[in-house]
Amino acid sequence: MAESNISHHHIVPLKIYLAVAAALLVLTAITVAVSFVHLGSLNIVIALLIAGIKASLVLLFFMHLRYEWNMNAVTLMVAVVFLVIFITFTMFDIAERGDTSPEMRNSINKNAAIYDASGKPLKATEHGEHADSAAAGAQHEEPVAAPDSSGH
Amino acid sequence: MSNPETYSAHPDHVLHHFSDSEQQFTSAKLGMWIFLLTEVLFFGGLFCAYAVYRYMHPEMFYNVHKLLDVNLGALNTVVLITSSLTMALSIRSMQLGNKKQTLILLFSTLLLAAVFLVVKYMEYSHKFHLGQLPGKWYTFDGAEGENPHLFFSVYFAMTGLHGIHVIAGIIAITWMIIRTFRNHFSANYYTPIEVTGLYWHLVDLVWIFLFPLLYLIG
Repeated sequence: MAESNISHHHIVPLKIYLAVAAALLVLTAITVAVSFVHLGSLNIVIALLIAGIKASLVLLFFMHLRYEWNMNAVTLMVAVVFLVIFITFTMFDIAERGDTSPEMRNSINKNAAIYDASGKPLKATEHGEHADSAAAGAQHEEPVAAPDSSGH
Repeated sequence: MSNPETYSAHPDHVLHHFSDSEQQFTSAKLGMWIFLLTEVLFFGGLFCAYAVYRYMHPEMFYNVHKLLDVNLGALNTVVLITSSLTMALSIRSMQLGNKKQTLILLFSTLLLAAVFLVVKYMEYSHKFHLGQLPGKWYTFDGAEGENPHLFFSVYFAMTGLHGIHVIAGIIAITWMIIRTFRNHFSANYYTPIEVTGLYWHLVDLVWIFLFPLLYLIG
């Protein structure tokens, strides 16, 4: 074979490709095996850790990031960093917002408790057309599921 | 080892706005990596939706994920990893100027991609049959936990988008087989196969995360 028939780019040795593929298959077997052991919240951590190692192997060797210009790796890291920001801040929101559904069902005005001078709750907590139903039963504390009229 | 003509002269495959073959090769790859960046963010939206729904319904996700077949998921993982290997090796063969080996390896990649889709089709048709479907189409009543249709919404959105990428990969690899067959490539010019390889490895990367997140909830 003539010399010009071989690329001047870095040619990864066959051994390395086969070793990486073998490592990926072994890691797949490990992640399946570990998933059947119950470790609580550690399961997801281990699963993502193994997936991260597998992804790194594919990126470094199959996608040649180990052998080439850093700009390609920087491009990938930009995507990864913004993805992490995106998911982390969304999860902060989901975790901290609490159960919003009661406020969605009943307006805040209807749920607000008003106390008299002696500390006993008054049931005059609703406005407008619901005032009469509130006055009707003092021990009937359940808020009435009615369309919100306060413009909330 | 190095080949001075490819640097100094202007070979046929080098477009007029590139100074040499190497600059064209590097630019094409950077362009592909920027596309892959958008792909990571594209799938990222669905991974975020997954995180939100799993956080809101942890027990339902655990119970309902058992309806997926781990064996088929693991089989597809092995199939995709092997196809990534054959793809990487096909590029290596072209770097060594071996056209016949490149064709064999590209065809193996194509075949493995088809196997992946056949397995996926079996999984999908089984779920369609049982009514394990997203949203209002969910009619299965053997799942524990509230709102099991949410799991299948996430499952079908993520694996469906991934499946579309596999089909796109099959089209790209078929195109590369045709061009290799027509002697468009050599050891000095194989950029399209290299770039197709990058895309195909990304499809593998997405599945590397999808498999444990959907099939292996501990």
